[in-house]
Amino acid sequence: MTTLLGPTPAPASTSPLPAPTRIRERLGERVAPYLYIAPFFVIFAIFGLFPLLFTFYIALFDWNPIGDQVFVGADNFTRLLDDPRFWNAARNTLSIWLLSTVPQLALALLLAHVLHHARLRWAGFFRMTMLVPYITSVAATTIVFAQMFDRDYGLLNWLLGLVGLGPVDFVQSGWGSHLMIAVMVTWRWFGYTTLLYLASLQAIPRETYEAAAVDGAGGWQRFRHITVPSLRPIIVFTVVTSTIGGLQIFTEPLLVSRAAPLTCGPTRECQTLTLFLYEQGFGMFQFGYAAAIGVALFVMVVAIALINYLAATRVRPEGK
Amino acid sequence: MTMPRPTTPPAAGRRRRRAGGVRWWTYALLVLAAVVCLFPLYWMFVVATTDSATATRMPPEVVPGDNFLHLAELVFTTVPFLRSIANSVIVAGAIGVGHAVLCSLAGFAFAKLAFRGREVLFLIVVLTMTVPTQLAIIPQYLIIAELGWVDTLQALIVPGLASAFGIFWMRQHLATTLSDELMQAARIDGATSWQIYWRIAFPIVRPAAFVLGLFGYVTAWNDFLWPFVVLKSPDTYTVQIAIKALQNNFSVDLGLAMSGSFLATLPLLVLFVFVGRRMVAGILDGAFKG
Repeated sequence: MTTLLGPTPAPASTSPLPAPTRIRERLGERVAPYLYIAPFFVIFAIFGLFPLLFTFYIALFDWNPIGDQVFVGADNFTRLLDDPRFWNAARNTLSIWLLSTVPQLALALLLAHVLHHARLRWAGFFRMTMLVPYITSVAATTIVFAQMFDRDYGLLNWLLGLVGLGPVDFVQSGWGSHLMIAVMVTWRWFGYTTLLYLASLQAIPRETYEAAAVDGAGGWQRFRHITVPSLRPIIVFTVVTSTIGGLQIFTEPLLVSRAAPLTCGPTRECQTLTLFLYEQGFGMFQFGYAAAIGVALFVMVVAIALINYLAATRVRPEGK
Repeated sequence: MTMPRPTTPPAAGRRRRRAGGVRWWTYALLVLAAVVCLFPLYWMFVVATTDSATATRMPPEVVPGDNFLHLAELVFTTVPFLRSIANSVIVAGAIGVGHAVLCSLAGFAFAKLAFRGREVLFLIVVLTMTVPTQLAIIPQYLIIAELGWVDTLQALIVPGLASAFGIFWMRQHLATTLSDELMQAARIDGATSWQIYWRIAFPIVRPAAFVLGLFGYVTAWNDFLWPFVVLKSPDTYTVQIAIKALQNNFSVDLGLAMSGSFLATLPLLVLFVFVGRRMVAGILDGAFKG
């Protein structure tokens, strides 16, 4: 595997060269660019592309990792479509994704706009604090938020109690656990997204804003007519990445319920598709069925990416 | 919540007050966002320092207690936590260095070298960013098993050594910072492409490669699903998996998992104090501009 660690350098050269060395070097120079880009392609082929294609193959088998592999055709897929656990996981994933993506992007848009102020003080400090959630691991985030949302000893329920609201059992209730996980995802990503938006904002010439201000455009109008349109490409990008990330939410639901981690609660209240895949694959050792879940996830990702793409291209003419 | 308003320079300031002046609510909003970002970490520390009797009292204690050392000791005796930290440093370090070197090298080839198929190959690199490979975790595991890498650290390191995003990012940097004249001059002097990369290109983009390496480091340090799948024995656990093991441990101390979480986050927080500014600059100066 040493070839993956670094391409072999072309032989060192000094200016005046005897003829044979020269030819070898020319050849080396022609091959060199391919060697420089090869590590990524080799890694992606082995650990990315091949497994993806292999998933489709495994999904056609009743595949037990320590037993037999029996070809069953489309059986796994028909079973999957009839499986209420699958639809439950799909619903949970969609719900958590919506609850986390929409507020996250809206918040990031607002904060980026605010951070873009020319004479803002302590801008460096504010920007840095926003990246702190991003460097905090999902596991640590989940453990601290689960404690804050705890029914008996959580900070949030104590605050709710102060205003006369009864303790809410976030972990055990469907919507409560979705909300809790969405809060974790939002907390982790809103600052990072804010900085991405801010980067795009900084590319807009400041004069644009100043001219608009001189023409009497208020803060909201500047936000609506300058900020939002110029951020459209990066907004589309973050929607796509948060969708792909949202479909793969795994660690939060796994760590939320200590009693039934693989199902995120006794009645699968917050089991996501990726957690369902893990449960079937590494909990039940049904690799074929788990691979079928992977294929279903793939179809969803492609469909959502397509919808995003169509929406982005349809909106553009109206905006310009 | 009143914040000092910046003094506006006399002449131009008055006219442009609406455009340049910063309202108090702007600061209120940003301070609120900063509190939201930092509070959970503070809370982690609070619970990690209180004994379970205090942690289960209502109203909750909001200042740190004095039980930190006891809980920290428990973390290190319940799981081989020191070993986990070392494993995490090895994995994240290797991936960070791998990113900085391999991505800048590939980025250099795509930005500055002419070769057949360059455009198509780069398009493929960009397209791989949209492929959600995590859903292929079953065959990924089978491959690792075939290689005999289950329960080893190279199962985490090798797949993460380079990334499409890193190549994209480094290409962007090299395209704008390394001038064609400099390339030409080096070529005339008989330098090979490797010499140009190593002696000219890499030193120029070293700050960007460093930031990329940091992001690779942080991502690898915090990764959960993949290590959770391939690591089997406590001796190979990374800190994230060690946290999970602490959480599984149904001991009386509620603060145990929290203490582990805090100890697993602390190294990155310390690192962040020193390099956070550069990471922020890296995003702001990133490939998404324009």
